[in-house]
Amino acid sequence: MYSEKVMEHFKHPHNLKEIHNADAIGKVGNPTCGDIMWCYIKVGKNEKGEEIIEDIGVKTFGCVAAIATSSMITDLAKGKTLDEAMRLTRDNVKDALDGLPPIKVHCSNLAADALHDAIKNYREKKKV
Amino acid sequence: MRVYMDHAATTAVDKEVVEAMKPYFSEKFGNASSLHQFGQEAKEALENSRETVAKLINAEPMEIIFTSGGTESDNMAIKEIAWINKEKGNHIITTRIEHHAVENTCRFLEKQGFKVTYLNVDKFGLVNPKDVEKAITKETILISVMHANNEIGTMEPIEEIGKICREKKVIFHTDAVQTVGKIPIDVKKMNVDLLSASSHKLYGPKGVGFLYIRQGIKMQPLLHGGNHEFCLRSGTENIAGIVGFAKACELAKRDMKKRAEYEKRLADKIVKEILQKIPESWLNGHPEKRLPGNVNFRFKCIEGESMLIHLDDKGIAASTGSACSTKDLKPSHVLLAIGLSPVDAHGSLRISLGKDNTEEEVDYLIEVLPEIVSSLRKVSPLWKGD
Repeated sequence: MYSEKVMEHFKHPHNLKEIHNADAIGKVGNPTCGDIMWCYIKVGKNEKGEEIIEDIGVKTFGCVAAIATSSMITDLAKGKTLDEAMRLTRDNVKDALDGLPPIKVHCSNLAADALHDAIKNYREKKKV
Repeated sequence: MRVYMDHAATTAVDKEVVEAMKPYFSEKFGNASSLHQFGQEAKEALENSRETVAKLINAEPMEIIFTSGGTESDNMAIKEIAWINKEKGNHIITTRIEHHAVENTCRFLEKQGFKVTYLNVDKFGLVNPKDVEKAITKETILISVMHANNEIGTMEPIEEIGKICREKKVIFHTDAVQTVGKIPIDVKKMNVDLLSASSHKLYGPKGVGFLYIRQGIKMQPLLHGGNHEFCLRSGTENIAGIVGFAKACELAKRDMKKRAEYEKRLADKIVKEILQKIPESWLNGHPEKRLPGNVNFRFKCIEGESMLIHLDDKGIAASTGSACSTKDLKPSHVLLAIGLSPVDAHGSLRISLGKDNTEEEVDYLIEVLPEIVSSLRKVSPLWKGD
């Protein structure tokens, strides 16, 4: 059912952790459908002075696809500017994993949403 | 190590069953309806099989109709009784924990104008016979309650329910797919009118089952054609499959007590050790009134498919009631019916043991499962412990 890449990320996921002094947290998902993802980000600056994802962690309650997409989103987002990270889509996640079964594609959406939610929360906090 | 602990899903065909079936593929391959000797030897095998199967449930041979499996038997029983009796009434009573073959057949009949009551169960999955009695109306033409639940193993009070149905003169069907060959069944004592069974749940081949129809119950075929099976189920008989099923029934009758005691002992060990080793874990289903080899746990804060794939990686085959593992992404209707929240239903694990599971395999499961649950909890946002 799942690609080798998905199974690899599921068995040895990257950055599935909480970040205790995170700059922001994004929380998505619902218990009925069975996937919940919390995305923690630490924001730093690169040499150009742009805000980047310095560190990222995700905690996930969910199936193989949920855990694999969570791991992949952290790989894709780490080191990117916030704008670049906001432009990451479910297709980026799905393609990086060599595809997902059709009924599991929503998990890749959730991973991207969790990241975007974190960035949005960070930016809202800064405005205040 | 490859460890199969999903016997409620299906079982390996017993070697003796395979041997019994072999002659009927290329040597004794005749059509049982043919008048020549090829046909007649097939017919003889068919009728001998019918007798053997009938003995397992204390039925008369002509009360056994061979089908393609449990699903066909359930469909035939419920649809045909409904359609034959629709002038008398249009109400069917069943439960919230039936197998999809019963549930979806009832939902199909609802679209045709039948009224269906889906009885609630208690937190162990038990149906209360008093609820059955209260639900009966002048319009009730059929009651269908499963003998034991395939997910949580709970065994229903079929004899009591059957007695009520007999008193109120309502036809009573039971889906006994999970119990035939595993626990003693006496259709006369149980007051059942129709009973569904499936070969591949008791070390027989897939693609064969039976429907028991008590003499005197008016029935018509689901499958029309050459009038096989006493004009009730047309289609050239799957003699090899039927012979295999009969052999499986014969072995089940012979070894029933031994198998049940053995499987229960192993299951009890799993329950005791896992509930002790894994915090925030519970047993789903009734602690005593359950199928001998059935174990169903729920573990807080983790999801079932992830658990299953980790177990699979370790060579262990099991199953789950999690939504993520189903085609329609809905959590198990059985677990929701016993009062679990969707989140808790997602964290369920079903282990169903069989006659060939060993103590070594059970010890292996007990060794690897706690680590899997712990590693999934570490990455779960819902788990606040260690």
